[in-house]
Amino acid sequence: MQTQMTPLYRRRKLLNRLVMAACIGATLIGFVFLFAIILTLVTKGLGAISPSIFIERTRMNGGGLGNAIWGTFMMTSLATILGTVIGVAAGTWLAEYGNKGLLPKVIRFINDILLSAPSIIIGLFIYAVVVVPMGSFSGWAGVLSLTVIIVPVVIRSTEDMLRLIPNSLREAAAALGAHRWWIIVRVCYSGARAGILTGILLGFARISGETAPLLFTSLNSNQWNFFNLDNEMANLPMTIYQNMTINAFIPDLVSLAWGGALILTAAILILNIAARYFSRQRS
Amino acid sequence: MATPQAIQTGGGLGGLSEATRKRLQRKARIDVWFERVLFAFAFAVLLLLGAIIASLIASSWPALERYGLEFFTENRWAANVEVFGALPAIYGTLLTSFIAIVIAVPISFGIAIFLTELCPNVLRQPLSTLIELLAGIPSIIYGMWGMEVMAPLLRTWFPSVFPAGTGLATAGIILAVMIIPFITAVSRDVINTVPAVMRESAYGLGCTTWEVARRVILPSVKRGLVGGVVLGLGRALGETMAVTFVIGNNLFLNPTLTGQGTSIAALIANQFSESDGTQRSALLALGLILFLITFAVLAFARYLLRNSTGRHA
Repeated sequence: MQTQMTPLYRRRKLLNRLVMAACIGATLIGFVFLFAIILTLVTKGLGAISPSIFIERTRMNGGGLGNAIWGTFMMTSLATILGTVIGVAAGTWLAEYGNKGLLPKVIRFINDILLSAPSIIIGLFIYAVVVVPMGSFSGWAGVLSLTVIIVPVVIRSTEDMLRLIPNSLREAAAALGAHRWWIIVRVCYSGARAGILTGILLGFARISGETAPLLFTSLNSNQWNFFNLDNEMANLPMTIYQNMTINAFIPDLVSLAWGGALILTAAILILNIAARYFSRQRS
Repeated sequence: MATPQAIQTGGGLGGLSEATRKRLQRKARIDVWFERVLFAFAFAVLLLLGAIIASLIASSWPALERYGLEFFTENRWAANVEVFGALPAIYGTLLTSFIAIVIAVPISFGIAIFLTELCPNVLRQPLSTLIELLAGIPSIIYGMWGMEVMAPLLRTWFPSVFPAGTGLATAGIILAVMIIPFITAVSRDVINTVPAVMRESAYGLGCTTWEVARRVILPSVKRGLVGGVVLGLGRALGETMAVTFVIGNNLFLNPTLTGQGTSIAALIANQFSESDGTQRSALLALGLILFLITFAVLAFARYLLRNSTGRHA
């Protein structure tokens, strides 16, 4: 049998070709943009990277990014620890106890809203409830604003991962006489550990690149500040932002900003890949 | 054997030794407190949202009380004469997000259809992973790239449309580039929920790839796709860093597409640290407006996506 090339058939085929070409075109456009960004980052950033960038503090001329990298590491780590405690607890309640009634539904919905709430609003909120009463910008305010951003991420992934644990496991443990908290801690957590860890890592990656919530909370500083979270704390995103705007007339600082941007992006991509690796190990 | 004795004494813990009973009672107490503590943390999420709204209202009240409706109708933001109109910022926020969606949606859907329907199997996984990784790049990077690379290019290529390179349209384009990976990832997940059987039976009837996509796949996941787009819109509306660099920071209402302008988030980021008194309160009022807009948009997105399985932020 030979396919009859009726006009209708030809038209359908042509339309299909056109649309599929458009889809390939869209893919090319998308990837061209994204590769252009990576290329710019690498070409502009690589020149600024040297061992001293990690060791020296930020200065108006020359210097490095050491204090900013340390500050970002310090604040994101503390926020991640706090966020893990709060997020895992709340996520566990939603997954294990939140099956009936309106309240869990409302909490879940609110959490989804907070998950994508604009981060600058979180910064304003922490400014109003922490910075104003304390009277000064501080590392703690920065930590708290980052905590507010990571908590919804951890809650979501904890709940999703605990829901993957089959109920028959819980029932089996209950039949052996285990109490509910014992079941959750020993049976559910050990099954969901990899997934929850993935969520925490993704959240950690996300908050380490946040700039907007730090604008009016931790501010920035050009001094080394190791553990004194009552003072303003240097951080990488804010340093990049200031170097690209108010200090943009100093070529050295702009180049440092690109170096910082490359370090930040590389760190975030590595964290994302690590998270992916963990979640693959699970399956 | 404790069991018969337990039945004899009325069941429960009666037949157990004193020590065992104590231990069981202790564990039961832990059980109760365990749930209470977990619940307290979950409830804190509700309180958090309440606290955010309450603190924004409380701290923006002085400005709202002083300017009233004028706050929404005044067409300039002039701190030196204490005239604060939200109109330029609201216009900029809505316009840049609109431009971003108009550009990002066709491209993202195109990529999603390519990834799910056309892409050779070898490339499918690596390209999907790449898209997801790119969705994680911090927004400040997009802003820097827009300022250093795209704005100069636009100025050189289209000097009549983009005399300065920066402006509302430039900000819209940068936002589009930023949300493309995000909308693509959600769309791909949503399209992947379509059972293979549906696809195959349409192909079996002799449909072309486009007809399968247009007549079978898109109608069955329309809600989820729209939900993904609205979620992307929510991102674009509240984005600060990608926009601040390239929007031009013009504080007078400039109702054009490509002119210099500002957005709520950009205005707050630029002025907040040097403001006080009424200006600070007015900026917080802007924040409240932004929060209410994004709240409505995100609630709508969640409503549309409530049956989809997408796990994206």
